[in-house]
Amino acid sequence: MLSIKNLHASTGGKEILKGINLEVKAGEIHAIMGPNGSGKSTLSAVLAGREDYEVTEGEVLFNGKNLLELSPEDRAREGIFLAFQYPVEIPGVSNINFLKTALNEIRAYKGIEPIDAKDFLAMVKEKQKLVELDIKLANRSVNEGFSGGEKKRNEIFQMAMLEPKLAILDETDSGLDIDALRIVANGVNKLKSKDNATIVITHYQRLLDYIIPDVVHILYNGKIVKSGPKELAIELEEKGYDFIKSGVNI
Amino acid sequence: MSIKTVENIKTKSSSTKNLENLLTSEFERSKSFLFGNTQLREQAMDSFFRQGIPSRKNEEYKYINIDSLLKDEFVLNVNKTITREQIESLTFLKNVITIVIENGIFSGELLSLNSLPKGLTICSITEASKKHTETFEKYYSKSFDINTDAFSALNTAMAKDGAFIHIEKNEIIETPIHIIHISTTNSPAITHPRNLIIVEECAQVKIIESYSTIDSGAKTFNNALTELVVNANAVVDHYETEDENNWGYLINSTQVVQKQNSIFYTHTFTLSGSLVRNNLNIVLDAENIETHLNGLYLTKGNQVVDNHTLVDHRKPNCNSNELYKGIVDERSSATFNGKIFVRKDAQKTNAFQSNKNILLSDDGTINTKPQLEIYADDVKCSHGTSTGKLDEEKVFYLRARGLSETSAKKLLMHAFASEVTNTVKIDDLKKYIEAKISERFE
Repeated sequence: MLSIKNLHASTGGKEILKGINLEVKAGEIHAIMGPNGSGKSTLSAVLAGREDYEVTEGEVLFNGKNLLELSPEDRAREGIFLAFQYPVEIPGVSNINFLKTALNEIRAYKGIEPIDAKDFLAMVKEKQKLVELDIKLANRSVNEGFSGGEKKRNEIFQMAMLEPKLAILDETDSGLDIDALRIVANGVNKLKSKDNATIVITHYQRLLDYIIPDVVHILYNGKIVKSGPKELAIELEEKGYDFIKSGVNI
Repeated sequence: MSIKTVENIKTKSSSTKNLENLLTSEFERSKSFLFGNTQLREQAMDSFFRQGIPSRKNEEYKYINIDSLLKDEFVLNVNKTITREQIESLTFLKNVITIVIENGIFSGELLSLNSLPKGLTICSITEASKKHTETFEKYYSKSFDINTDAFSALNTAMAKDGAFIHIEKNEIIETPIHIIHISTTNSPAITHPRNLIIVEECAQVKIIESYSTIDSGAKTFNNALTELVVNANAVVDHYETEDENNWGYLINSTQVVQKQNSIFYTHTFTLSGSLVRNNLNIVLDAENIETHLNGLYLTKGNQVVDNHTLVDHRKPNCNSNELYKGIVDERSSATFNGKIFVRKDAQKTNAFQSNKNILLSDDGTINTKPQLEIYADDVKCSHGTSTGKLDEEKVFYLRARGLSETSAKKLLMHAFASEVTNTVKIDDLKKYIEAKISERFE
């Protein structure tokens, strides 16, 4: 599904990603862990199409298409979803209207008719239960006045509504208490299928107790320095990132 | 004073002189048969010449260039009439009482006078000056001082006609009244429509004034003035929509006087037009008055929009709340000058003002000038202003969900404007304005 080859990216003249290689197949959950400044958020930003980053080398194929040539909206329409680390508050834009516009633009891209109003509402009702998002929040302005946990749940709600092929969760666990974490993880697990894939980007192992990854990658200094089964996350938690740092230095 | 006048004459351009000659001869020709008091017209004309056509040296008009628009040869008498179909195309509101003011002249075309609700009088101001003399004389030209603004003085001197609306005591008029100002001229023309609206004690009404032009390529300079009296305990919901074409120049003065316990809501939507200058002056002339001023302006091309508002708190225990928002694109320019006076007697005043702008281009200009003059010592007043670009982070967030850049921006424009559009209490009107916003960002 996603194939990243020798990806180099920089911002403000500084190279952040220094040759990332990653293969994600349908049905898989990949975790990318790494210390602060290792390039985790840069990777998600580059995949989502944020313009502040310049790709200097390498390629990213998504279902055979050159992802880096696509605009952010076309990436979303192709089925990429980025759950933001810091979801933006947009006063005056209703969550529901915005999702309906998004859904219909994605459908138009695929040549599908706009969704019927009744079907849309039924879908909202179903998905909002999935992430235990209060219907009142679903109807409010996008993230306006939401708590940290509510914002993250709203991200997963949007993900549920848009049904992406590849979801990238960027530090979705940051700032979440244990209950919110469990709800968010539950939502992600319920949305998992053999046709979609998830990349979980996190600093801590905690989230991986709830979302069990198939593969864990350790990102350090702009490169994936180690990949392994889910036990790697536990090892990392026990030994700390210093163990990687010293390992890399050898 | 005399030295200033001499300077004024020296710097006068020949186009200004031509225009002044034209105005003088038309004034002399028509003053004796136009409505109202000839003496008042003469005083107003004197005042206009004393003040002169405002140049950019005039602090109140420093951001608009009146001179440039006066280069054409204007006419003061316009005869062209529009067809009923054309009028109907301008009635964008359903279920309203429609009045048409065509080139400054009242037309009862769309009005079925027999079916007007009880307590509502509508006629031309010329007719009112003869038939409702007592009311006319009690209120006409009493809400402002002709010596404070040249265009208001000029209107008072030259006005040929306009609408007179009177709502009797205790009457609640449910159906909104829509005054359509339309310029239809083929040659560059100057018009001075004059409206007088009196809402008696405990009465309630909704009024929409719209300004538009029929596209003929001729410059129109519309110097409109509406006086609105909100008597004790009355509630008035007032709207202006300004949607003239690229040859439309509009000076729109609204002079409001409010009496005790009255509530006045006013909303000014400037959607297009080459130059629009709004003078909105509200006098809070008694206690326990509530006033809400909302404004939204969308500018592009070379448009110039200038909103001058004055809220004059003269008595204690009144509240005023003002919110103006603007979206400025391309080479256009927008000015907001919000004056709030709190006079010595006006203790316990609450006065709030806010002006927020989005600048979409590198060549656009926004001038914002809050001006609070407070002479009472026990008041709560605040003002705030902000000007910024469209938030790219929000645009990216929406695009990352599949919205095109255009729909993302459009959605954010609607969101920005919604603080103002949500105050519109007439559904049809709200839809009309929202559609206009969408059109602008296609």
